[in-house]
Amino acid sequence: MKIQTRYLGDIEIQSEKIIHFENGIPSFLDEKKFILLPFDESTPFYILQSVTTPELGFVVISPFDFFPDYQVDLNDSTIEALKIEKEADVALFVILTVQEPFTETTANLQGPVVINTKNQQAKQISVNDQHYCTKHHLMPQAVGKEG
Amino acid sequence: MLVLSRKKDQSIMIGEDIEITVIAIEGEQIKLGIKAPRSIDIQRKEIFLAIQEENKKAATTSIDLLKQLTMTFPKG
Repeated sequence: MKIQTRYLGDIEIQSEKIIHFENGIPSFLDEKKFILLPFDESTPFYILQSVTTPELGFVVISPFDFFPDYQVDLNDSTIEALKIEKEADVALFVILTVQEPFTETTANLQGPVVINTKNQQAKQISVNDQHYCTKHHLMPQAVGKEG
Repeated sequence: MLVLSRKKDQSIMIGEDIEITVIAIEGEQIKLGIKAPRSIDIQRKEIFLAIQEENKKAATTSIDLLKQLTMTFPKG
C-alpha cells in the first residue's frame, strides 16, 4: 500500500510491516498504526511514521547507539499486553525531540517504544527509574552535565 | 472528584480487583500499596504527563532541522 509521510514523501509499504499500537501513544491515542522507516541508509535515525496521518512522524533511534548503558526492565503488564515470549523478539526505540539548534536535541529515555517484532504489537511504556527522564541530550553539552 | 478519608492500613477498592492501601504516613508523604491485575498500567502522574508533553513536542520537528541533525551523525 502507498502512504504519505511527514519526512520521506510518498512511499510504498508492506502491510505486514505495520506496527500496531493497540492503545495509541500518549497524546495521540487514536494513532494505532505506524511504520518504522530508516531516515536514510547512512544515519542511525529512523522515522516512526503514522500510517493514517501523513503529518505525524517521530524521529527515533535505537537507544543503545547513543546510550550504551541504557537498561529497561519490562513489567508484567507490558509483557502481557504485547504477548512477549522471549527477549530476542523485543525491539526498543526512543523518541527524539529535535531542538533548535539541533545540538540541543534530546532523547526521551523515560518513555521508550517497545515493539514485539514477532507479532508487530507495540507500546510506549514509562520507565520507573529515577536515572531516566524525558530529555537526555544526544550530544555532549559544552556546559553542565548530561541528562 | 470523590473524596474519602482513610487511616493507615485502610484501603479502598476500585471495582472488584483494584485495591489501594495506605501503607504509611510520614509527614507530607504517604506510601500507597496498589494491588491490581497485571494488565493495568500504574504510574506516577507527573511521569505520565511528562511523556505526553514530550510526545507533543517531538511530533513538531521540521525537516530542515532533522537534516541538520542527521548530517552530523553518519553511521559508522
